[in-house]
Amino acid sequence: MSGASSGRDGEAAAPSLVPRAAVARRHLPAIESDRQVTDWGRSERVESFMDRTLYEFLYHYWFRCEVEGIEHVPSNEGALLVSNHAGALPPDAAMITKAIQEEHTRPRPVHLTVEHFFKGYPFFSMLVAKIGGVPAHPANVQRLLHDERQLVLVFPEGSKGTAKLYKDRYRLRRFGRGGFVEAAMRAQVPIVPIAVVGAEEAAPAFAQLPLMKRLTGLIYFPITPTFPHGGVPGMLGFLPAKFLIRFLEPIPTDQWGEDAWEDRGLVQTVAEEVRARIQDELHDMLAKRRSVWFG
Amino acid sequence: MRSRRILITGVSSHWGGRLAEELEHDPEVETIIGVDPAEPTRELERTEYVRVGAQHALLRRIVLAAEIDTVIDTRLIADSAAASPRDVHENNVIGTMNILAACSGGGRDPNPVRKVIFKSSAHYYGAERDDPAFFTEGMQRPHAPATRIERDIVEAERAVRSFGARNAGISVSVLRFVNALGPGIRSSHTSLFSLPIVPCILGFDPRYQFIHEEDIVGVLAHAVREDLDGIYNAAGDGVLALSEVGGLLGKPLVPILPPWGTRLAAMPLRRVGLQVPDEVLNQLRFGRGVDNRKLKASGYRLRFTSREAVARLAEHLRVAAVASPQTEPYRYEREVEAFLRWSPSVRNATPHAAGELDRYEPEELARLARLLQQVAEERERATR
Repeated sequence: MSGASSGRDGEAAAPSLVPRAAVARRHLPAIESDRQVTDWGRSERVESFMDRTLYEFLYHYWFRCEVEGIEHVPSNEGALLVSNHAGALPPDAAMITKAIQEEHTRPRPVHLTVEHFFKGYPFFSMLVAKIGGVPAHPANVQRLLHDERQLVLVFPEGSKGTAKLYKDRYRLRRFGRGGFVEAAMRAQVPIVPIAVVGAEEAAPAFAQLPLMKRLTGLIYFPITPTFPHGGVPGMLGFLPAKFLIRFLEPIPTDQWGEDAWEDRGLVQTVAEEVRARIQDELHDMLAKRRSVWFG
Repeated sequence: MRSRRILITGVSSHWGGRLAEELEHDPEVETIIGVDPAEPTRELERTEYVRVGAQHALLRRIVLAAEIDTVIDTRLIADSAAASPRDVHENNVIGTMNILAACSGGGRDPNPVRKVIFKSSAHYYGAERDDPAFFTEGMQRPHAPATRIERDIVEAERAVRSFGARNAGISVSVLRFVNALGPGIRSSHTSLFSLPIVPCILGFDPRYQFIHEEDIVGVLAHAVREDLDGIYNAAGDGVLALSEVGGLLGKPLVPILPPWGTRLAAMPLRRVGLQVPDEVLNQLRFGRGVDNRKLKASGYRLRFTSREAVARLAEHLRVAAVASPQTEPYRYEREVEAFLRWSPSVRNATPHAAGELDRYEPEELARLARLLQQVAEERERATR
């Protein structure tokens, strides 16, 4: 993997893709100006309300986010952002999104892939789609990345990452079955790895209650400093850990050709490499961090 | 292939009648034959109506006798509130099989049929938790169909697909339409949207895609004119959230259905006349979107987006609330229709010819009249 290449290199290989891409893109629905919700169910009104209130406060005052390498996020092409995932009700997704809104020269919306579970659970299904969550279906990711050239954020650890306990903090779980690499290769967009420090301490889970998980139908039922005794608001009871978000150098996926996504071996190798890069970066960041609360 | 001799099944249904009207304006279409067990509900000018259901032996004779080259099957029922489950099954599955049997060759005579167009429904995909946000034509539904109507539609499409595989010379189009809206349509969804409130399930705001009724007729006619071989999703651009639909209709969203035990709660609603069938409950919970880019790439230009279709319905509902009931609806009278079509006494009252002239501007018509006069005068002078 060439270290010096960036997301911009994606355009060099583009011509061979043009016909197929042109058909898929030309017939995308036009954007109607008086719509309140996008075709994905995303509501600008709800999102900007959350952004002005909760995210603003958490980002600037509670977690005091520090961002590095924001220039690695491409400013108009599609890209797959891949991050480590932690915390009982993880604040990392919102903070990464906010970082791109705050620090990037060209702020862009970020689409977050979420488990299908959220679409089937009342209230979550309403809220998650409104603030930019998209069910993690390969077809959804392909349409967003390739046809609509959007930013998509994935957490390959999935609920294995958020369900892990405090004692396992900053130990990355298995990166799924490499589906995210497959998606990026298919869409021919770069992968931007992200390392986030702070989320583990902000919402630590000390134990999991499988019985309660069964009874409530949730994907996991943790015990945190404020949940379950704090009720539903307790899910948002974050501790004020200092957040450090580092965007790493993009990995172009068009270097292996168009049909590389069908090569299971290559997909697994790249997935493992992305995981290793994030893990190494986390160790580096943790080594330099002097205090959990002050960074 | 140009379709010239067309058979429309289900001509007395809303779609069959509208499509026949549309095709009547096409001068290249020689013959339109409409079959249905019920009498036509729209005033048709040159379409010939034959009262016959989905009996393949009879249909076969009509197809051979009239040398039908294109069969359009518009009978599919996509709303389980429209008929009893048994009738729906009979119509959607058995009826489709019979019509396909009438279109397939065999026997001594060569098969005149070159094209079959099947009006299907996006209920083929169902509405589930694990769905993609936009179904494309090649996608399989993630789970086996759970509602009766979806099972029937999947089975009907399977029959159409195997018909296409057996008859390589026949172009088979399957058009999967999403929920239709329009002033002429009565479905579970239009009746839900006609209520003073928009009912929803507590905690869900599903995604909804619509197609305006004019686009349905337009897409069917497009499939007649072009060769749309294969499966096409037919839907307006844009996927709305139900809350947006409520906003466009100017009605509040009221969660009258609980998130758990929804089916049980829907039962007493049926008692008071509010039909919420199972497939609608699934849509109210999970919603559905389809990818219409294949249809757009085939050259069809949609006239209405989903949003515009809802906005039109809202206008219609507002007017319908104050407008007086319509004038006497059209009634089919066999003798009158036969007289108008075949009697030598009928001269200037052929509405079809009037329709021809309607296409010209008044100035053009005036010029044409002057020209004809000149020709007549010259002819007269020459004979003298």
